Amino acid sequence: MSQPTVADTRRLCSKPQDLTDAYGPPSNFLEIDVFDPQTVGVGRTRYTVYKVRMRTNLPIFKLKDSCVTRRYSDFEWLKTELERDSKIVVPPLPGKALKRQLPFRGDEGIFEDSFIEERRVGLEQFINRIAGHPLAQNERCLHMFLQEESIDRNYIPGKV
Amino acid sequence: KHLFFAAMSFFGFGQSADIDIVLNDADTRKKAEHKSEDGRKDKYFLFYDGETVAGKVNVNLKYPGKRLEHNGIKIEFVGQIELYYDRGNHHEFVSLVKDLARPGELTQSQSFDFEFTHVEKPYESYTGQNVKLRYFLRATVGRRLNDISKELDIVVHTLSTYPELNSSIKMEVGIEDCLHIEFEYNKSKYHLKDVIVGKIYFLLVRIKIKHMEIDIIKRETTGTGPNVYHENDTIAKYEIMDGAPVRGESIPIRLFLAGYELTPTMRDVNKKFSVRYYLNLVLIDEEERRYFKQQEITLWRKGDIVRKSMSHQAAIASQRFESSSHPEKSPTQEIEENS
Repeated sequence: MSQPTVADTRRLCSKPQDLTDAYGPPSNFLEIDVFDPQTVGVGRTRYTVYKVRMRTNLPIFKLKDSCVTRRYSDFEWLKTELERDSKIVVPPLPGKALKRQLPFRGDEGIFEDSFIEERRVGLEQFINRIAGHPLAQNERCLHMFLQEESIDRNYIPGKV
Repeated sequence: KHLFFAAMSFFGFGQSADIDIVLNDADTRKKAEHKSEDGRKDKYFLFYDGETVAGKVNVNLKYPGKRLEHNGIKIEFVGQIELYYDRGNHHEFVSLVKDLARPGELTQSQSFDFEFTHVEKPYESYTGQNVKLRYFLRATVGRRLNDISKELDIVVHTLSTYPELNSSIKMEVGIEDCLHIEFEYNKSKYHLKDVIVGKIYFLLVRIKIKHMEIDIIKRETTGTGPNVYHENDTIAKYEIMDGAPVRGESIPIRLFLAGYELTPTMRDVNKKFSVRYYLNLVLIDEEERRYFKQQEITLWRKGDIVRKSMSHQAAIASQRFESSSHPEKSPTQEIEENS
């Protein structure tokens, strides 16, 4: 009786990869841009809106290319919905900047260009992180946020 | 100071003798490294189940000419389990005693032979995070107020043979519509110097994977019932893939176990503790989200090929653990075949 003196380290057999799978486009494409900040309204009721454009080839999203307009409070709404309904740890949003909304500032407050840019970047990171999460993709609130023209705050929460 | 100590020993206080335990085969017996509680690695004499433990107990009188009164001299062979949170209670699973001298007195240093024949040593020595299993010899000179004793720790290894049944582990897992993989490990039972050969096959990839790794996790479980406590320790992290895979890709695994500090799997030892090992396959995506699948593997200790120079007893002991294809042949011939 002889025992092997060298361990058998040969690879296990695998099926050869299909060339279309190897060189085809990956099926995990998901990109969301938050861009084009615009101030709407007049006087004290002014606020900033952003365009949110999503391009994807994930089958779970109905539209492969969508573009909507959203404001900061819409992002807050999405965060609240996901924290309540999904099991995910929702990443933080960029700050509320309450101090910037006080009067007698030397600058433009929440309409300062640098602040808007900082917030835009934060919102973009936030939405990209969430939209890529398999559990968040099951929530209707996410699909409504990304792909429907307006958010119906009286919607019925649920899974897709 | 000298005067004080002399007075102490005159009244029978303090150590008037010291004890030495010497094994008969100390020159030929192999030693094995074993980690102690504080993390230090020391070498101890290595024994297997069934081997005889024999030697001498030397009682050396410190003040020759001064008699040593005693209540008896004995030697014990003990195998015990110590739970760190319950240090007072030692659970002895092996306890053998040999009386070396009846109560009396020693007038000079003396040596006593002892032999524990074919001692059962059912479990492997283990020093862990919350529990310790050890074997030791303890020689005791009984005295009225304070016994004089000496302990000699030994290490025991439990050997196994190649298991008859050793199926591979093959499974398809995933998250619906997002990620499907099929993973395969070539065996479910590995010896401590074995190689884990496997592969991960991607059936569906709709998330952005950044890299993939295999971790070896050791789980030490102590206590029973409502007081069960699991201590998890990641022994190894081994990256097997860097970058984003696509459908149809197969990633090979080749993980050499000899480089890691592993013990054999120990299940429910004396109903006090378990040490189990798991392979944890972890995929990490670009947002640092982790997807994982844990799978238990059994680790066992393979006996070394027996050499002729080993003591006959040890040869018999390891004989028990080599798979025998010629049971009618005498042990000596079997050894020659192997070497």
